[in-house]
Formats: sequence, C-alpha cells, structure tokens
Amino acid sequence: MASSPDNPAFARPLWRPLALLSDWIADLGAMAISWVTAVGALSLFTYQTGTWLFSHLPRRDTLMPSFYQIGVLSLPVVALTGTFIGMVLAVQSYAQFRGLGLETRLGAVINMTLVRELGPVLAATMLAGRVGSAMAAELGTMRVTEQIDALASMGANPIQYLVVPRVLGCVLLIPMLTVMADFMGVVGGYFYSSMILGIDSHHYWENSARYVENFDLLSGIFKSIFFGAAIALIGCHRGFTCDSGAEGVGRAATTAFVYSFVVILILDLLLNIGLNAMYDTFWPEGVKLV
Amino acid sequence: MVTTAKNTTAKNNDTPLIEMRAMHVSFGPQQVLRNITLKIPSGQTLAIIGESGCGKTVLLKTIIALVSPTKGQALFDGQNLAELNEQQLTQQRIRFGFLFQGGALFDSMTVLQNVAFPLRQHRRMSAQETRDAVLERLAEVGLPDDVLTKKPAELSGGMRKRVALARALVIDPEVMLYDEPTTGLDPIMSDVINQLILRTQRRHPVTSIVVTHDMRTTAEVADRVMMLYPIGEVAPDENQIIFDGTPQQLKNSSDPRVEQFVLGRAGDRLGAAVERTAHKSRQSEERSE
Repeated sequence: MASSPDNPAFARPLWRPLALLSDWIADLGAMAISWVTAVGALSLFTYQTGTWLFSHLPRRDTLMPSFYQIGVLSLPVVALTGTFIGMVLAVQSYAQFRGLGLETRLGAVINMTLVRELGPVLAATMLAGRVGSAMAAELGTMRVTEQIDALASMGANPIQYLVVPRVLGCVLLIPMLTVMADFMGVVGGYFYSSMILGIDSHHYWENSARYVENFDLLSGIFKSIFFGAAIALIGCHRGFTCDSGAEGVGRAATTAFVYSFVVILILDLLLNIGLNAMYDTFWPEGVKLV
Repeated sequence: MVTTAKNTTAKNNDTPLIEMRAMHVSFGPQQVLRNITLKIPSGQTLAIIGESGCGKTVLLKTIIALVSPTKGQALFDGQNLAELNEQQLTQQRIRFGFLFQGGALFDSMTVLQNVAFPLRQHRRMSAQETRDAVLERLAEVGLPDDVLTKKPAELSGGMRKRVALARALVIDPEVMLYDEPTTGLDPIMSDVINQLILRTQRRHPVTSIVVTHDMRTTAEVADRVMMLYPIGEVAPDENQIIFDGTPQQLKNSSDPRVEQFVLGRAGDRLGAAVERTAHKSRQSEERSE
C-alpha cells in the first residue's frame, strides 16, 4: 500500500494526505466491487436454482432427508422459542397495560405481535442458526473435499442434487414452523397471563378474537416463505463458494447466519411496508387496536 | 518397466480424443495455465507430472469441464465442452471416470450408496442388479462384501481410494482421470493402486490420464509422460509443458529441471525461494516510491 508506514512518501508532508485519500478511494471502490460481485453471484445462483426447481423436481430419496433435517429436527427449538417469547411478551406488556387499565387487552397485543412479527421472524432466525449454518458448513466441506466436483463429474448437477431439495425444504416447511412458533407463543402468552398474572380468560380471548384478523396470521406466514428461501439460498451459496480449509468452512457457516439474519430483517421491513399498503388499499376501515 | 496391455489399444488412431488448443486458465488475477496445447489419442495412457501447484489438477479438471478455460479451447471427442448445454454436458461427462485425490466419497452415504450413485443417476436397474454390479466392482478392486454398509470415515486411506476407483469404473467409462492416485498411501498400497490401474487398462479399453508425483507410477502405467512446470518458473515466451515423451525418454532427458524432478532433488529451491521473496519486496518498495 502506498500509505504503509515504510513508505518514503510519508516523509513528504504534501503527499501524505493525497496518498491517504487515494488509498481510501481505492478501498471504497474495492469494497463496492466486491459487494456488487457478491450480489451478482447470489442472483445467478438463485436463477440457476429456480431453473432447476421448475424444470426437474428432485427425487424423493434426496428430498426426504432435507425435509427431515429442516422440518422435523427444527420443531423442538422453534416450539420452545415461541413458548418463551409468548411468556416474555406477557411479562413486558403487563406493567404498561395495567397502568392504563387495559390489561384485558393483553391477549390482543401478545397474539397480534406473535402472528404478525415475532413468530415468523423468530422461526426464521432459529432456522437460519440451526439449518442455514449447517447447510453452509456441510456444502462447504463437500466443496473443500471435492465431493461437489465428484457429483458434477458423475453427471449429477450439484445445484439440482444439493440445493433444490434444501430450498424446497425451507420454503415448504418454514410456514409450518411459523405456525408452530405462533401457536406455542399464543399458548405461552395465555398461560402466563392467565395463570401467573390472573387475567380473565374470557376477556383475554375475546379481545384477541376482536383485534387479530386472519390477514395478520396469513401475512406472517406469507413473509416466512421469503425468509425460508433467503436462508436456504444464502446457506447453500456460502457453502458452494467456501474457501479451502477449516477456516474457510467456519467462515462460510458464520457468514451464512449473519447474512441470512440481515436479509431476514431487510425483507421483513420491505414486506411489512408492502403488506400494510395492500391492507390499507383493500380494507381501509380495518380494525385498529386502539 | 512399461508393461503389457498399454500400447496395444487404439494407438494407431491419430485422431485425438482429447485436445487442448492454446488454453489459458486463470483464477482471478492468478494465472495457472498458459497457452497449453496438447493432443491425447484414444487408448493412450498419459502421465502428467510436475511439482505441487504447477496446475496438473487444474489441467485434469478442464478436460471434464469442472474448470473452464479463460481463453482457448478444451475439446473432447471434437466437442468444446464449454459450449454444451447441461444435458449434452452430462452425456459427455458420463463417458469419464474420475478418481479424485482424496477419493471424494460422499461421507453421508455408505460404500454401497457411493458406488451405486452413478448407476442410480444414469441406469435403470433394480436394487438387486445395482447391488450385484457394485459387488462386482468392489471385488475387482479387491474389497470384500462386508464394506458395503460402512461409511467412508470407517475405511482406511487405501480402502477409500479403492472404493473411489470402483465408483469411477462402475459405469464403464471410456476415459479414466486419476488425480494423484497414490498420494498419501504406503508403498504396498501404492503398488496395489498401480496394479489396479494396469488391470483396468487390460479389462476395459480406456484412455487414461494420470496426474502424479510418483515416478514409480509413471514408469509402471504410462506410455507417454508430460511434465508441466509452474508458470512462475518459466520464461514468459516458454511453453509450460517442458517435457513430452515416453517414460524412457524422461529418464534420459538432459533438461536439468526434468532431471531434478525425476531424481527428487531440492537443488536451489530453498535459495530460489528466499531470492524470490527478496526480489518481490524490492519491487514493492520501488513501486511505492
């Protein structure tokens, strides 16, 4: 680098700021190029996966293990997370609502928050941590040990064989995991509100039914499909582009989770803006909480 | 000790089965292969030798289009594999068998599932027929039936190589690509692998390309040897293939670089490495100024 401490140019005060500025511009340019390249590579990867997904469905024997890994093995952790989030929401909201004398509306707040926001986002976060990282690590190891090359050399397309089943598993099963997180959250929230905080069950459910609409539940499930696709595509792409060695595999697993989480939050924002606009267009007189 | 079955197959057929035309391969800014031109006729057993990092494996992978040339062409049976669509490429790839350096067995599958994989992908066979075909191939490479249910992690290095060889051979390929088949094996197991390569050539009329460091493998299995030199070590206008001839000619080569590799001498390599580092550092300083 021109601005390294050993550089004699440092000795000339006039050139030093210019050298630093030029380095800064070069670094910024390199970062921009690397981001554009990464987004382009992921887009191409997504396009190839989509092409295979719609032209050749994977065989049952490649699909079932993915479904088992993604769906069945994620159930306990998603259910547990949902339960505790429901209870935490009850704990956090109770003091505020009691101050306003609205504690019977706790059910509406907890259940609305769960089905619209926390259920889908937390189920997706757990899936990104449990499944997205595992995909990146597994496929990264396969890349490093030439197993992906071996697949291609035997005439099996690696995207069709490895990526499509995982994407299908995430896209099809994340709505079910979201419903499970919602359900357990609702149960957890009700249990804490009713048994511990002593809120009347009748009013709790009545207010929930009044304020939480089918649209809220469906919008949460709809969002989860995008989250599932993002988790699988990012996890698989990180694995496919993994650097060599144990460090490369470790980095692929970590970045798979970090990128997935960031993309989940960005998608959540954009989808919420779109869904709210759609709701306001079709149901302008929709039910409001207060 | 150039042996039996080789030299007997399609040596009189001059039409190359595999051809590289002025091929260059780079990974980002790093160039690995420069202006490689070579022809491999059907039935020949070519050994590609050269020190680590000179691009032997990359060259092997361009043959089966696992790596695409940056410039130039890699042709198989007259077709440029880089221009084929997915289906056409698959049709060509199943004409190859590839023995990877570490075996590249799928570690989530058993030996049976690994060896049966190409059959399940490309042949319509019953489960029993598949099992019988797998057992036959495993017997050919000297493995007993009881390995069928084992996972690759439960096998020794030599056994993994043999399972990988059985998998590569299971759909009777026309071309066998071996990437350092004896690396990491003890001398006895290395000889077992060499004998299996020879046996394969005798049983099936295949064209073989063997990437190796092992001079014994070269002498035993090859009827043509090509030596590749690292791109950083050859002059800009010099060919990267510094030797192309028979194993006998290799032994008699007067090129000091070939001689150094054949005899396995460090020579000036340590000194040259230190000098290269110092030279790069001087260049970097000059650029900074």
